[in-house]
Formats: sequence, C-alpha cells, structure tokens
Amino acid sequence: MTAALANRIVAAGRARARRRTRIALGLGALLCAGVALVLISGPTLTPPLDVLRVLAGGDVPGASFAVRELRLPRAVLAVLAGMSFGLGGAAFQTMLRNPLASPDIVGITAGGSAAAVFAIVVLGWRGPEVSVFALAMGLAVALAIYLLSWRNGVAGARLILIGIAISAMLDSAIAYILSIAPAWPLQEAMRWLAGSLNGVQLAESGPLLAALVVFGGLLLALSRDLEALRLGDDKAAALGVRLGRTRLLVTLAAVGLIAVATSVTGPIAFVAFLSGPIAARLAGPDRSVLIPAALVGAGLVLAGDFAGQSLLPSRYPVGVVTGVLGAPYLLYLIIRVNRGGGSM
Amino acid sequence: MTAPPLLVRDLQAGYAERTILDGLTLAVPPGQITAIVGANACGKSTLLRCIARLLAPARGQVLLDGKEIHRMAPRALARRMGLLPQAPVAPEGIAVADLVGRGRYPHHGLLSRWSRQDTEAVAAALQATGTADLAERAVDELSGGQRQRVWIAMALAQETELLLLDEPTTFLDIAHQVEVLDLLTDLNHSRGTTIVMVLHDLNLAARYADHLVALAGGRLYAQGRPEEVLTAETVKAVFGLDCRVVTDPTSGQPMMLPLGRHRMQASA
Repeated sequence: MTAALANRIVAAGRARARRRTRIALGLGALLCAGVALVLISGPTLTPPLDVLRVLAGGDVPGASFAVRELRLPRAVLAVLAGMSFGLGGAAFQTMLRNPLASPDIVGITAGGSAAAVFAIVVLGWRGPEVSVFALAMGLAVALAIYLLSWRNGVAGARLILIGIAISAMLDSAIAYILSIAPAWPLQEAMRWLAGSLNGVQLAESGPLLAALVVFGGLLLALSRDLEALRLGDDKAAALGVRLGRTRLLVTLAAVGLIAVATSVTGPIAFVAFLSGPIAARLAGPDRSVLIPAALVGAGLVLAGDFAGQSLLPSRYPVGVVTGVLGAPYLLYLIIRVNRGGGSM
Repeated sequence: MTAPPLLVRDLQAGYAERTILDGLTLAVPPGQITAIVGANACGKSTLLRCIARLLAPARGQVLLDGKEIHRMAPRALARRMGLLPQAPVAPEGIAVADLVGRGRYPHHGLLSRWSRQDTEAVAAALQATGTADLAERAVDELSGGQRQRVWIAMALAQETELLLLDEPTTFLDIAHQVEVLDLLTDLNHSRGTTIVMVLHDLNLAARYADHLVALAGGRLYAQGRPEEVLTAETVKAVFGLDCRVVTDPTSGQPMMLPLGRHRMQASA
C-alpha cells in the first residue's frame, strides 16, 4: 500500500520533470531556429551555408558585413537582453506572488531610466558610470517602494499601487529633464527610454553575459527559496527560508539583470512583465518558471525585433512591437483583478 | 518520541508602537495538544507567531530544549517545528503530492537531491491524512476540508516533533472542523507530535485539548486542564461573557453555554 503510493508519487514527479525538460528543449530549439532565421534574412536572403562560413570566420563577399556586423550582434543581444528581462521579471513576480509585480510595471525600470537621463543630461556623464548610476537608482526605487508599502508586512496590492504611482512620478521627471535638455545629449538619453536594438555591437554583449552568469546564477541558486515563497511568507518562513536575505538577494539580482540589459537595449516594453506568465502557461505553473521565462523573454525580443524590422510595412524598434503585445495583457490582468474584488 | 520542552519566558511582543503580549510565561507540555484561546486581539496569534519565529519578541525568549529559537538556524528549527499559518497559498495548478513534497524543504540544502526517504515521508503524510487518493489532483480543485487536510499533510511531511496551527478550523463547516481536530488528535496519538493551536471555538478547544491556555489583554489569564480552565469566571474575565459551564455528555469534557439576553428559560 505505502510502496504503491510511493511509486505513484515518484512516477508523477518524473512525468512532471520530463514534461518540463521537453518544454525547455522545445523552447530552446525554437529560439535557435529564430536566431538562424534572423541571420539569414534581411533585405537580401543569405544562403545558410554562407552564414555558417561567415560565423566560422570566413569571408563571403556581400554577406560578411551584413551577417557579422548587423545581424549577429542583433540576434545575440536580443537573446541576452530577452533572457535578462525574462528572468528579472519572473523572479519579481514569483517573489511577490503577483503578475503585476514586474519591474517594468512598478517603476523600477523607470527609476533606472530617470537616473540615466538625469546623469546624461544634467550631469553630462557618458559611458559605464551612467549604467552603474542607473542600477543604483533602480535598487533605490525598489527599496523605496518596499519601505513605503511596509505595514506589518508587505501586501502585494499595496506594493503594486505604490509602484505604479512612483512609476508615473518618474515618467514625469523624465519628461521634465528631456524638455530642458539641449539637443546633443538627447540621442544618448533616448537610448534609456525606448527599447531598440538599432546600432548594437557585439562587444556590448560582454557585460550582459557577465550579468546573466552572476545574477542569473544567483537567481537559479535561489529558485528553491523562491518556490517556497510562493506558499506565502509565513509558510516559507516556517519551512526555514530566511525571508529578508532571500528578498534582498532576489531584488539585487533581478534589478541588476534588468539594469544591465536596459543600459544596452533600453527598456524593451513589457518583456519582463510577459515572460513569466507565458512561461507558466507553457511549462505549467507548479514549478519554478525561471528557466522557461528566460527562454520566452529571449524569444519575445528576437521575434519582436524581427517583426519590427522585416515583417511590418515600415521599421519599428522592438519596444514598440512588444509594447503592442503587452498592453492588452496588462488590461486583461487589471480587468480580472477588478472582477476578483480588487484583492490582486 | 518524547517531545522537547517548549518554554515561553517573560515574552513581550507587538507591532511598531503597540505592545500586544506583555510579560507572558508559559510551558507547553510535550506530547500533548495545547489550545490557545481568548477574545479577538488578545494576542493569541501574536503568541503563536512568536513561537513560530515569525515575529521577534521585544523582550523575553522562546526556548526549545533550552535554546533560544531566534538564535537557531532557520532550517534546523524547521526540521523540529512546523507551522500551518492561517492563510497559506497553494501555487496555481499544483498537484497534492507535489505540494505535500514541499514540506521537505528544510531537509534539503542547495545541492541535495530528492531521495527515497523524502518520497516515503510524503506517502506516509498522505496516508495519515487520508489524502492518498487525492495525490494527483490539483489543490485548487479540492473542497475546503480536503485542502486543509492537504496542508496538514504538508506539515507532516516536514517530520517535526512540534506542530503549530493558527486557527486550523476557520472557513470550515462544523463537520470538517471536527474532522480536522480528530485528525490532529490521531497524529498526536500515533506520532506523539506536540500540537499547539490557536482555536476560536471554546467548546471545541475544551473538547480536543489536553492543555488549555486562556489569554486576556496580552497576559496569561489561566492555563491547565480544560476542566480547570473552562469555568464561568474565566469566560467572564477573558471574553466578558456570562455563561454556564456544563459537562458535555458525549465527551465528559466541560462545555460552555452562553447566557444571552433572549430565549432564556427561568431555570438558567
């Protein structure tokens, strides 16, 4: 009796694990196909063999420049940035048990952008110190939202409403700074405001890759604790999770991932917000969604950029395409929350 | 298994500026069922939260085997003491056996793998709570009573000698309230688990607890066997309610009948 039950439990666990592996492999294969598609297509199609030759370091007249300098950096950065947004967003949503608690909804992304725009326009900064400043401000905004919503513990709904209000405040600060900005730093500042892969270079993938390894690795190491947090703060604490430390590390890692990605591609609208829920729908919501969310995020940015560049009548930056995808989902969530009596 | 002595010593705790518990000292008898009762806002839940280490006391200590629980490693404590909070959250779509398996969290580190021992703990917990047949079902499809049994199964899979429960019968109808309390009594008898729970219903508390703790205004008003604690004087002092205490003919335990202002017969 007990043995039969134990076997059933083991079998069910294995079936779940197999299903998750299958879905992760499927998503990975789709992503590879997407990268291949981006590499061969442009105003002129490049034969796949020529693409491989260029990637291997060979020189193919007429294809080398387009593949090596234009398409490869785009594809690589789309994947890395998408993974960062997907991981960071899903980590926040899991930690706060709410799909609306994504950094791009609650003002953390806006905090980074406002800081960057301020540094560029008012302080006249350039280069990596802008990114570091944006990261620090992203963390500061996360902390501010957290403290403002603290009342004998943090309730999701309060945190999200406060986050949305802070986001609106930061957006108006950005608008003000831009209105007083002279012409020359505008170009540089715009990079922090609209998500785009235009003009990215392969060299920029270094910091992104480093952030993914360090912060992404940290999140994966914390995924057990994040899963326990899904049972509620009290239950997680009773299981032995160190709540404060876990929240701090998750926030640091998620904000770090998003700030570094934003410094390269700008805030690509709604990717952080959408990846987790899509991954949960695909892979089942009963286990950590971090890895599928990273793959979905990469796919969203890659597909959004491809659509914006090649499928639509005129060229749009990737953030416009993902914005169009994300807005209806945001509306749907808010409507559903209102029906549920506003408990979020 | 003899449970370790759990001691609450001179506990003062609360939130922000508000002190809720003030100088409370209490010994939880090992291997028994203790029920904490009292009026709303008397500090019952605060006391349970302090014992469960969810709330740090402003003064005083909670001692397990003479060691202060706020100084113990969280996972080491979680291997000895489980908690069923008032409103735990089941992740959407999670299967019963999967949820119960999450009770194994404190038995694992970052790199350790799920083992046969874990599976056996889950199987035993499902069987003890009568939820084996539900193992593959999604938790969100279950009835309130079934769900509460699953949460208790999860706490059992944690394999602790102490189990704390914060109002485990709220939101349940009377049949399921009795079912849950019967189940907890079974576990206390079969596993020797020390149970400490906050209960709203005074009569159910008196019926199922070996040890009754009555709080009033953040202080211990009375503690002891139900027949010592559940008296008309205690109920008046703790709840501000006039009542008559009779012997429950089915259990022989004391039972409280409130004296309201209406529908009273002259003999009462």
